[in-house]
Amino acid sequence: MLAESPKTNRRDFIKTSGLATLGLLIGLDAKANLLNLSANNAAALPVEINPFIVIGADNTITIINPRPCMGQGTIQSVPAMIAEELEVDLENVTIIQSDGKSKYGAQTSGNSSSIRRLWLPLRKAGAATKEMLIEAASGKWSISPTQCYAENAKVFRKDNGRSFTYGELVEAASKLNVPQEPVLKQKHEFKILGKPARRFDLHDRVTGKAVYGLDIDVPGMVYAAILHSPMIFGKLVSIDDSEAMKIPGVIKTLPCERTMIYTTADSVAVIASNWWAASKGRSALNVTWDENGLDTTLDNKEYMGRCYTAAKKEGIRFEEFNDFQSKFETSQSKLDLTYETPFLSHVPIEPETATAHVKEDGSVEIWAPLQGPGETLEEVARYLNISTDKVKIHVALMGGSFGRKAYMDFIKEACFLSNKLKVPVKVIWTRDDDIRQGPYRPALLSHMQGFVKDGKIKGYHHHMIGESILGQVFKGLADDKADPWIGEESSPSNNKYMFIEAHKVSWTNVKTIIPVMWWRSVNASNIGWGQECFIDELAHLAGKDPLEARLDILEDERFRKVLTTLAEKTNYHQKLPQGSGRGIAITRAFGTIVACCITATKSGHGVKLDSIVSVIDCGMYVNADTVKAQTEGNIIMGITAAIKPGIVFNKGVCAQNNFNNYPILRINETPKIQVYIMENAEAPGGVGEAGLPPVAPALGNAIFAATGIRKRNLPIDITNLIT
Amino acid sequence: MPKYILTINKKQHSVEADSDVPLVWVLRDYVGLKGTKFGCGIASCGACTIHLNGSPVRSCQLKISTVPATAQITTIEGIGEQVLHNVQQAWLELQVPQCGYCQSGQIMSAVALLRKTPDPTDKDIDTAMAGNLCRCGTYERIRQAIYRAAKMEAEVVTRDK
Repeated sequence: MLAESPKTNRRDFIKTSGLATLGLLIGLDAKANLLNLSANNAAALPVEINPFIVIGADNTITIINPRPCMGQGTIQSVPAMIAEELEVDLENVTIIQSDGKSKYGAQTSGNSSSIRRLWLPLRKAGAATKEMLIEAASGKWSISPTQCYAENAKVFRKDNGRSFTYGELVEAASKLNVPQEPVLKQKHEFKILGKPARRFDLHDRVTGKAVYGLDIDVPGMVYAAILHSPMIFGKLVSIDDSEAMKIPGVIKTLPCERTMIYTTADSVAVIASNWWAASKGRSALNVTWDENGLDTTLDNKEYMGRCYTAAKKEGIRFEEFNDFQSKFETSQSKLDLTYETPFLSHVPIEPETATAHVKEDGSVEIWAPLQGPGETLEEVARYLNISTDKVKIHVALMGGSFGRKAYMDFIKEACFLSNKLKVPVKVIWTRDDDIRQGPYRPALLSHMQGFVKDGKIKGYHHHMIGESILGQVFKGLADDKADPWIGEESSPSNNKYMFIEAHKVSWTNVKTIIPVMWWRSVNASNIGWGQECFIDELAHLAGKDPLEARLDILEDERFRKVLTTLAEKTNYHQKLPQGSGRGIAITRAFGTIVACCITATKSGHGVKLDSIVSVIDCGMYVNADTVKAQTEGNIIMGITAAIKPGIVFNKGVCAQNNFNNYPILRINETPKIQVYIMENAEAPGGVGEAGLPPVAPALGNAIFAATGIRKRNLPIDITNLIT
Repeated sequence: MPKYILTINKKQHSVEADSDVPLVWVLRDYVGLKGTKFGCGIASCGACTIHLNGSPVRSCQLKISTVPATAQITTIEGIGEQVLHNVQQAWLELQVPQCGYCQSGQIMSAVALLRKTPDPTDKDIDTAMAGNLCRCGTYERIRQAIYRAAKMEAEVVTRDK
């Protein structure tokens, strides 16, 4: 448990505006050069750079957070990196969320990148600012900077303990050059980083005061409910809104468009003075769609059928070590198997929502839960054909996202409607829209081949088959090329497995119009399922314990330590009673290694989950409690992905439309969870997603250990393994 | 349009709305209390959980016309107004929320559980909380925070004796 803090009731912790312009202002440019932007110095600087650190003469300290918060705690963990080196207490700092302007650089919370990408630049900004303040103080005292030190927003003299507050030093400091290579602290000197810290933003999240995208209220706004084609890409033929217009509160209906990254779909909007009226109006619409052909192309069976056909053929080679195929042919002890993962929806509990106001002068303001303010700003400018300086982004808190709110379709719908109506428009999707319209994690097929000799796994081939995010969404994949995103991650070198005789990674792009996109951990969860279940099967074929078999082929010391720690924390070598079994898996994603062990016990025709333990090695990290929380969340989401229904398109229509038929894990289904963090001084890895990929294969392997039944296709109905 | 009197967090509100507007939208868009969240519209996620006369209900299923003026409606804004409720305090101690969007509903369900069952078992928690989904996956912390809140409550009772 965390230590109690007396000051949790801080209402001014996160502000959205009000940057002071006087005092000491230190910024970063696009190349991570540090710049002094103080008024004394600013005339000489390009204007498109903004400060990340502002210290006022009144001793107020403000830090810009350039990574929106979707629950992963960036609102605090990102500024913490500055605060550590600047020697200030985060409780005495005001944090401002960046607004997408290019002067703040890359601002997308995604790819589990916030800490690992900003670890050096932001710490340097903090350290450089501290060095300037120390230099200013030493000047005032006419002593050497080495005779001073900074602590708690003050600079002290070592000899007599006298001090200046930072505020008292900003005027002198603002005239100094910024040191480009300030001395950074060593890990053992950290006071904030690597420690469990309370999140100050949680007070508002437990009192109902936190403002999420859905809670945005703009004077004069109208509400929009949008009818999308049941087959996503149906063409609008006719609208009969006579019944809809009878509903009190409905103002008008109009054709709308849903602009995805690579295509645009027709839709119909109902505008009303409140959302309930808009949604009733939507239900009362009588719209005719031309859905010709979509009933055959939007269909899981049709897509998976083509995937299985492709599995019988050679794929495009991504990499090969020795001649795998010839060694596989002549091997005496081998396996040739397929593993399947389903399409999945993100289902953040806050559905997609955005408020936009396109004004008569052509400028636009956006209030929305979004992962990427910078990308949104540019995309909206492009979409409305206006310059980026006419776009103002207000980042709202995200009520969950998991990748979904980096996809800007719902934001552009609000822009489209407000552009027509020139009043603020708030779009709110229903759960039905969220689940039926996509985009989804792609369903993929893994065709695995491998062989063993002398009790060791010696050959391995992973052939990934299915739709590519890079190809479908970004049109970035040539037909004769293997998807590099998938290739790199499914390569044995990513997991540091050494197959001494031969290995191969190959790919076949089976295209579909079922819309795909990144979903928490992107391709890693699909890759991990085939990889880690198959390693388990090869281990059994070799007559080895799955943990020992992995240690046999894992060369990297960090991976080995994670596995041996997992064994220790789970008493892995202690025998379980008949009918119980443990399954393990280890994956690396976003620069972080996670191993998971699940214990399951036979129950009727199925199993019940007894416990889940994960060990995470993310190198150095900011907040120990956040690392744990994210890994716990990844376990829950990973179990949901393994045992709850996937998205199924049947003759053009998604069979799921709400939590009753697209259930996610509930508290009564949640087993005991434990998370352990490896301590080392390695460079930081990502934390928001890396815990997910090993969960499903650990479960599949646990089911086999407990029951002898091998499940190769997700999802698994764990209450009935026989069918 | 019909006019309704509602008693929300001990205050009376007069609302002009269609008879079928669900209470979640009345609270959010008519009264301006946005702590109660919308998640599914079919009572499947629990994000809109409020108390009606002390019992947890899904406000997306409650039409305004079915709520009598005398009914006591309590929302997340109405618990721990001056001092945080023990459940909220425990939620902070255990650092339960990630995105926090579902937590208004979780807390309302937990407060109702502890009022009826001050010393809950795992099974009691499962039953009372199974209707509240959390996509971030904070369930283990929710369970521990409910135990913590129960303990805080018990300590107060002992001290007052």
